[in-house]
Amino acid sequence: MSGQPPGVETYTPREFHRQAHDALGNPQIRANFRKAMDGLMSKRRDSFDDWDLETLRELGANIRLRALARLPDLLEQLEANCEANGIRVHWAEDGEEACRIVREICESHGARSVIKGKSMVSEEMHLNAHLEEAGIEALESDLGEYLVQLNQQTPSHIIMPAIHLNTDEISEILHDKTGTERTRDVDYMTAAARQQLRERFMAADVGVSGVNFAVAETGTLCLVENEGNGRMTTTVPPVHVAVTGIEKVVEQLRDVPPLYALLTRSATGQHVTTYFNMISSPRKEGEHDGPKEVHLVLVDNGRSNIYQDDELLDTLRCIRCGACMNHCPVYTRVGGHTYGTTYPGPIGSILSPHLMGLEETKDLPTASSLCGACGEVCPVKIPIPDLLVRLRKESVGEGRGNVPGAGIKRTRKEVAAWKGFQWLATHPAVWRSGTSVAGKLRALTPARLGPWTDYRTAPKPAGTTLHALVKRHQSSKTHQEER
Amino acid sequence: MSARDTILKRLRERADGPLTAPECDFAVVTNRGWSQEERLARFERWITSVHGEVVHVDQARWTEALAGVLADKGVRRLALGKQHPVAVEARSALADVDVELVGVDRDIEQWQREQFERVEAGLTSTRGAIAETGSLWLWPTPDEPRLISLVPPLHIAVLDADTVEDTLFDVVEAHAWAGGMPTNALLISGPSKTANIEQTLAYGVHGPRELVVIVRHAGEPPKATR
Ligand code: SF4
Repeated sequence: MSGQPPGVETYTPREFHRQAHDALGNPQIRANFRKAMDGLMSKRRDSFDDWDLETLRELGANIRLRALARLPDLLEQLEANCEANGIRVHWAEDGEEACRIVREICESHGARSVIKGKSMVSEEMHLNAHLEEAGIEALESDLGEYLVQLNQQTPSHIIMPAIHLNTDEISEILHDKTGTERTRDVDYMTAAARQQLRERFMAADVGVSGVNFAVAETGTLCLVENEGNGRMTTTVPPVHVAVTGIEKVVEQLRDVPPLYALLTRSATGQHVTTYFNMISSPRKEGEHDGPKEVHLVLVDNGRSNIYQDDELLDTLRCIRCGACMNHCPVYTRVGGHTYGTTYPGPIGSILSPHLMGLEETKDLPTASSLCGACGEVCPVKIPIPDLLVRLRKESVGEGRGNVPGAGIKRTRKEVAAWKGFQWLATHPAVWRSGTSVAGKLRALTPARLGPWTDYRTAPKPAGTTLHALVKRHQSSKTHQEER
Repeated sequence: MSARDTILKRLRERADGPLTAPECDFAVVTNRGWSQEERLARFERWITSVHGEVVHVDQARWTEALAGVLADKGVRRLALGKQHPVAVEARSALADVDVELVGVDRDIEQWQREQFERVEAGLTSTRGAIAETGSLWLWPTPDEPRLISLVPPLHIAVLDADTVEDTLFDVVEAHAWAGGMPTNALLISGPSKTANIEQTLAYGVHGPRELVVIVRHAGEPPKATR
């Protein structure tokens, strides 16, 4: 799925370079991200102080690998246990089907208003736009998402959706859209949003949430949050619909504590979030609150394709902590919107090509300096740099062709150039005469070589080849020894 | 073929063949070996670091502490259960105090607006706590429904000192959670908060602004933690 919902500020991965250029020229964006990411990096570091981090990461990676190794069985077990608990389970092959399922659940209740907890999968499937087309209003309840929605934007970070906005900008948005006072008082703004959203929680017909971990063993949906909006969303409206990617399943309840420890610390440097909400059934006989119906929508949307390939599969281990983006020198400078995708930063650069195809996202795997920071901080040890290289190869038609749009960047000119180079490099006599001619004609080398020279000096062949230099050096050494 | 069958088929017939599941060693999330005092101290350190308040009391006098908290915070309407010993004791102790006790044994549909707008505090028991993260664990019941720890601006939680355990893993294992999960199991670690406005922490965004934990000790509370 590509593009953004109508009415929302438009960014597209096709325009990555232009958007990056714009972002780099926007001091506000750069300052907002720089400040936020610096803080998050140091908080993450401190939060693991008391831990044997490597052992914990190893455990996290193994838990995720084990779940993936048994994925089809676990999904069936999850479904059976959820159903036994009274949760209705639905399967969707793509975002469109998932949207239709959610809409139909809403329509079956005559719902006009939906309140939403944070869910990246619902962003990925553009659920809000879909519901709105059907005349159902979907309102985000996470404060960051709410602000971004009021501002007709999409989130710029998977954990902190409004990280690109500073206090003054947020004050202006709230003033413009909801009539609050212009202020820099964060408590005042928070209290205003609390008031506005409490009414909406009470009025909502359906609550939609994401899922952080779905436990096959018990049919439990786990939700991690600080604000309480997730608890409100999943408790106050009479119907709760949880939407999740099929890869979020874990085998047992005991798998959850290590992943939760890794998630909160990696994401925001918190040792724990305010709420950890585990839902295993709708309201039972005799209980006085909670939704009377709970639905779980399992969304594939390209994930089962990633699953086919031993190397690419690692992408599915992700627990969506956002640490890779917080530590990425590219993300930190250009911000999340530049990527034009639901998932920005390093994880987005390896996930989006699968979800949207390389035709749309061919530049994303190159949005990295391959410095390795993302792989180093990833709590479940996803080798992100290796995957970026693999996708770069896929994009020029050198991988296994397992990614939609593989080969999109392959150009005849480049292929011919490399073939020519290969031939030259394997024919010593031609290579030698060729390099010596190039050296003599060095004055004619063009000063510009396309975009490559936008930020670099064009290379010039050396006047004397290395080969000739070595030869000269050796002969002068022999000469000296003879003397 | 249904979406379900297509997805499962694709996963089962994986192009690169079956995967091997690695072993998982959970030692890193258990065996902290903390004493009871250390546990309590850690619990208190963490929960107060995120704005939670802790009051230590002798088990026999905990309702006095509760009355004190209500008076300090100016609470006039308190929502609480009727059957749990915590609720029973609180009700009898507060009978003569000028605080309206709001029953929660009715379906939320009948009193949603009242709960959202008029209740000033919710009192709940807890099943235990986690030292490593300063978290309370609650399994809401018909007597103490889910929303009373969420909707009122003040949540007062009653915790027995000897129910603090080391880690979440230990709690899940020791209490065999996997054997039967409730409708909703909760960890609560402080009052509701957000950092969504330029990373500035603000409390009480959707849930309670304040969380007070009354820790009941069998006998005099230890001096160090009092
Ligand atoms: S790839 Fe790793 S670091 Fe990035 S969001 Fe996923 S789990 Fe976190």
